[in-house]
Amino acid sequence: MQDAAIQAEGLRKSYGNVEALVGIDLEAPAGTILGLLGPNGAGKTTAVRILTTLLPPDGGAARVAGLDVVRDAARLRARIGLAGQYAAVDENLTGRENLEMVGRLYHMGRAASRERADELLERFDLTDAGQRLVRTYSGGMRRRLDLSAALVARPPVLFLDEPTTGLDPRSRIGLWETIEDRVAAGTTVLLTTQYLDEADRLADRIAVIDHGRVIAEGTSDELKERVGGERLEVTLDDPRHAEIAISALAPMVDDRPTCDGTNLHLPIRRGRGAIAEAVRRLDTAGVGIDDIAVHRPTLDDVFLALTGHTAEEAAEDGRPPDAEPREERAAA
Amino acid sequence: MSALAYALSDTMVLAKRSLLRIPRAPDLLLSFTVQPIMFVLLFVYVFGGAIDTPGYEDYTDFLMPGIVAQTMSFGGFVTALGLAEDLKKGLIDRFRSLPMSRSAVLAGRTLADVATNTISLAIMIAVGLIVGFRFSSSPFEVVAGIGLMLLFGYAFSWVFAYFGLTASSGESAQAIGFIVIFPITFISSAFVPVDSMPSWLQAIAENNPFTTVVDAMRALWVGAPAGNDIWGAVLWSLGLTAVFAPLSVARYRRAVSA
Ligand SMILES: Nc1ncnc2c1ncn2[C@@H]1O[C@H](COP(=O)(O)OP(=O)(O)O)[C@@H](O)[C@H]1O
Ligand SMILES: [Mg+2]
Repeated sequence: MQDAAIQAEGLRKSYGNVEALVGIDLEAPAGTILGLLGPNGAGKTTAVRILTTLLPPDGGAARVAGLDVVRDAARLRARIGLAGQYAAVDENLTGRENLEMVGRLYHMGRAASRERADELLERFDLTDAGQRLVRTYSGGMRRRLDLSAALVARPPVLFLDEPTTGLDPRSRIGLWETIEDRVAAGTTVLLTTQYLDEADRLADRIAVIDHGRVIAEGTSDELKERVGGERLEVTLDDPRHAEIAISALAPMVDDRPTCDGTNLHLPIRRGRGAIAEAVRRLDTAGVGIDDIAVHRPTLDDVFLALTGHTAEEAAEDGRPPDAEPREERAAA
Repeated sequence: MSALAYALSDTMVLAKRSLLRIPRAPDLLLSFTVQPIMFVLLFVYVFGGAIDTPGYEDYTDFLMPGIVAQTMSFGGFVTALGLAEDLKKGLIDRFRSLPMSRSAVLAGRTLADVATNTISLAIMIAVGLIVGFRFSSSPFEVVAGIGLMLLFGYAFSWVFAYFGLTASSGESAQAIGFIVIFPITFISSAFVPVDSMPSWLQAIAENNPFTTVVDAMRALWVGAPAGNDIWGAVLWSLGLTAVFAPLSVARYRRAVSA
């Protein structure tokens, strides 16, 4: 892919003797979403900071929108938008003043900044709140304002560090839709998340990171295949029919089926249409069923298979997702 | 637009932002309006009777240049608090990801301090005049004194900018500022004549640049002999700025929000 919008090779970064990144490679073609999935402390924020020119890497190289994050940092800043892990908005300004200020700092001019601010407030359902001080906003409203601030200059590449952490489910879905809109309009997005469903829903490709390295990379489906394919789960009316059911379903099955009581677990090749076909075959064989479902592995299963622990468990080792920002500073 | 024009425009945008918050966060407002009034009144009425100031009409004439200089040296705490808060809230990360001037966040804040210092200064002069302070110099010298105070306050805003970017929180930035600057302002000619101090302390007080600044103010406002103090005060102010502005900007360029 000659014009990857985000491309990183061997990025390394340590804080004192904490190795935050130990050589990560990333790539996102233009117009796609790359998900960086990992538990707390995995190195997601560090990667975002390097890619947004905030932190120089100790080693490796990265290009964003065709520009080197170290050498072309000044020019690159005009082409990226960042919504950091904590909503970075000024509490003592109104929503509108916040967006106007960001517009002015992108050098958009007074009138253009004002117009863009109004446009974004409307798009993010903040028109009424736009005249209020941000300190009166709810968490979800701050997040939306923060994301609009990242969009002010219509940047071709957008970095979102845990954009939905701490949001209620409804705001979360709203934010997902906005992100999808941006990508449909051609924006490239790098999104970090601790939530498997979020990466699954949004990301074209996912890089799973743990302890500063990429431990797996691929589409959500590719990752799931690494923990085995899909499974047909059948609950029989009568456990004595297990033998008949297994032989009826044999043409569909990929691997050795297992059976406990009335429950059959059958690894299958492809999920699509599997239920209809299975029901037909069982019906023909005269086997009554109580329930039937296809189980698709979740990214949780992926994480477990790759690291030996689930993402949530790892997160519990660290600080909780909505903990106060840390106080320590990087002196690069 | 040229890079310089952008830098100026960025600075103005951020200075405006800093000033907008003042009427909206009244706790800050108190500290640079009510606090200076309180200091003037306390010193004049509590210590005024006990401190001998030969060569001055009364203690108020002696005190005003000193207490004004002290207030100016603390005006920059708004910058320290603001920067520490911006770091904590992630705003510094946002600013640093924008294609804006690398010095604008600091220049905007320190510039806003000049505005708030002007307000403090006006309030203090008004209160001083009410409790009996009289200028005994030419109008030009009075204005020059005001200019010197704003320059001196500006220099200290950069010192506070450095504290704000270095400390772990707004409170600790303020505490560092207080612990470092408070003694410097007291072991000087600001509140008592230096020759009333124990001799070892006199040596410190006489060589304290803050004494130079206060003596320069006495020359400009109440016609005390100036010596080289006025130039000394200007040089100290420019020197502090020349040291702390680049230090703070360098710090800012590497600062990463919590
Ligand atoms: N400023 C810092 N100083 C020291 N250690 C840090 C700093 N920032 C992050 N770290 C450490 O680096 C590792 C990666 O952190 P981070 O990139 O914030 O991970 P994530 O965003 O995935 O939670 C963690 O061990 C974290 O404690
Ligand atoms: Mg993080």
